[in-house]
Amino acid sequence: MTAALRFDQIRLPPECEALRHEVREFLREEIAAGTFDPDEPQREDSDIPEFSRRVGERGWIGMTWPKRYGGHERTFLERYVVTEEMRVANAPTRRFFVADRQSGPVLLKYANERIKMDILPRICRGEVCFAIGMSEPNSGSDLFAAKTKATKTDGGWLINGTKVWTTSAHIADYMLGIFRTSPPTADNRRHGLTQFLVDMKTPGIKVNPIAQISGLKEFNEVVFEDAFVPDDHALGEIDGAWKQATSELAYERSGPERFLETYYVLTELVRALGNNPDTRGAEGIGRLVAQLHTMRRMSVSVAGMLQAGKEPVVEASIVKDIGTIWEQQLPHRVRDLAAFVDSDTANHHTLEEQLAFATKIAPKLTIQGGTTEVLRGIIARGLGLR
Amino acid sequence: MKRFRASMRIRQRPAMSSSLVIASAFPHHARNKNDIRILHSGISNTEAGGVVAESENIVAETAECIFADLADAQTINRDKSNHWKTPLWSALDDAGLPLSWVPEACGGAGVSLAEGFSVVQSAGKFAVAVPLVETMLAGWLLSQAEIPSPSGKMTVAPVRPQDRISIDANKTLTGRVRGVSYGADAEHIAVVAVSTNGSVIALVDASACHIDAGENLGHDASNSVTFNNVKPLTIKPAPSGFTPRSLMLMGATLRSLQIAGALEALLDISVRYSNERVAFEKKISKFQAVQHNLAKLAGEVAAAVTAAGSAADTIANSSSFDDAVFFEAASAKIRCAEAAEKGTAIAHQVHGAIGFSMEHILHRYTLRALAWRDDFGHESYWATELGRFVAARGADELWPLVASR
Repeated sequence: MTAALRFDQIRLPPECEALRHEVREFLREEIAAGTFDPDEPQREDSDIPEFSRRVGERGWIGMTWPKRYGGHERTFLERYVVTEEMRVANAPTRRFFVADRQSGPVLLKYANERIKMDILPRICRGEVCFAIGMSEPNSGSDLFAAKTKATKTDGGWLINGTKVWTTSAHIADYMLGIFRTSPPTADNRRHGLTQFLVDMKTPGIKVNPIAQISGLKEFNEVVFEDAFVPDDHALGEIDGAWKQATSELAYERSGPERFLETYYVLTELVRALGNNPDTRGAEGIGRLVAQLHTMRRMSVSVAGMLQAGKEPVVEASIVKDIGTIWEQQLPHRVRDLAAFVDSDTANHHTLEEQLAFATKIAPKLTIQGGTTEVLRGIIARGLGLR
Repeated sequence: MKRFRASMRIRQRPAMSSSLVIASAFPHHARNKNDIRILHSGISNTEAGGVVAESENIVAETAECIFADLADAQTINRDKSNHWKTPLWSALDDAGLPLSWVPEACGGAGVSLAEGFSVVQSAGKFAVAVPLVETMLAGWLLSQAEIPSPSGKMTVAPVRPQDRISIDANKTLTGRVRGVSYGADAEHIAVVAVSTNGSVIALVDASACHIDAGENLGHDASNSVTFNNVKPLTIKPAPSGFTPRSLMLMGATLRSLQIAGALEALLDISVRYSNERVAFEKKISKFQAVQHNLAKLAGEVAAAVTAAGSAADTIANSSSFDDAVFFEAASAKIRCAEAAEKGTAIAHQVHGAIGFSMEHILHRYTLRALAWRDDFGHESYWATELGRFVAARGADELWPLVASR
């Protein structure tokens, strides 16, 4: 029984500060030019291809990847700063963020040279959007239960079945999906899944939007009917995708996007309470800021460990567990603290609107990217309980 | 130098194999090279070389070995006489740990702030119930004004932000301060007092004060101390910018580290117990509800260790008690106090009824973690201070402030 949790004290190095100012300046210009409104996180049309391309031009997509694939060979900590500033400004990163965070690194690790040379530079230029095909109807977090099949055929595979809750599938150029290539074995439930790169323009793929309670339609159902995927689009080991998928999750689980999704309501609360809040308001702000600061320090620590080549899977799960619960509770805490704010206050309208939106999206925050229950299972395993 | 040498023998014994390795990892650059010289002078080069190679922080390791040998919770819990306190204090004293932060020239060990912080976290991990941390803090406080530290047990005052000790023109101290840890055990009290000309630091003979009996939640002495025109043994002006608030920030950071340490121990003890205790025909660690509770506990431990470590790291690398120290120390005290509340509840829940008995060691950690919340500023106090600080700077400055840390 060894619970080896590590949270090294890591500070962002000075070069990150310079980069942070560059990003802020860029975002200020984009906001001034009317590309997006930072006070409207709820905008449905937050997919803005020109914005993605301009971010790519700045070198802020694929930052850590090798230069030969269009990357910039910068550090995870520099990438961290860019993610933070984009998130806090409510920048429209939907088109490139998944590819930058997850899909690109998977291709780098498992795709053949031709595919890497073709797709990675385009991701870096902000031209490519990825979707992640994991969940299925009746499986959800239980990846072992995935049924959507890839069946071997001449020169490739035929995919049949349905993926669901697939974010951005309606605008995606590619999907990285996990499909069943063999049945699980009696002693290994994890066996039989393979990861594929799927071109979303392939005949036999149909994308059906799913309306959410937030009013947005970013999720989709994706139906495959004999969709052909060539042999070299199978990534990594046939039947051995389980480990690939889980190591990918360390990147997905600890970033600043995992506690900043409802951050804007905290800013608006501070604005609404003014420069001289009463004791109740001050105390409420103080607690929330202390919690935010602590989570961020944990998250920076995990980013530093990823930079050092470690695989802090358990630590990343802890950050996501605490982070998503915090961002989920935040609109409710802000609502409490804003209860006595005079409704004539200048930004009251903004606060109310943002609060309403944050409250609606809050339930999904502890579900997307691995539910609380799944994360706690991973942490428990790390503690030696399973 | 003889100090730390005595403990070399002790550290040959197997260290407590805490299964939990939440590393606070104070950065190496924070360590003063001179500390190594001080620690190893008197030890042969080979021996010293060997020690350096195997340990990043010999001071903390020395402390842990002493705690493991002489502050074993089970032994202490059975010994209702408090006889265990004498050998423990002697060993700590022999090793020079109580005066860790006092410069060598003033009779101390002169170790770096970072190394001392590790000792404090370790003291929390062992729920150490002698005034080690208080004496370390008192020695540190006195050294701010270059006042040499006496030997023996010390404590500091004030401990609450609302309390105040004044010094008048006759250089006598007046005031009543509450919640002074180990006030009844201390031979000397290090004080920050205020006058019309700014702050002073003073060394006071505890017997010159009126001390009321009292204890905290964890059954450690916690006393009201009345200064009724008390003449200090030594008074010096505090360095520029040093105020009673500076002591609060340092004290809040130490208590945060102790809480973090206690929570590390709680996770360790709770995980171990859940793997031993059988109920409904299986180990309770196999129940998902128990696993999820322990996962939450791990999260609280991680948060406390990170927040406290971040504040300590900031102080170790700062030259003054500026806004950065305030932001970090206040945040640490707030978050660690929350972690203490949530974490101790889970540890007790996992242990069931047995953990609620005085026979079991659990209370030694849980009650102290809860008690330490009260010293050097209640979390509500710091939250209010932090909230006002944030509000005064305005909404648009909040993110830059958080991101700068």
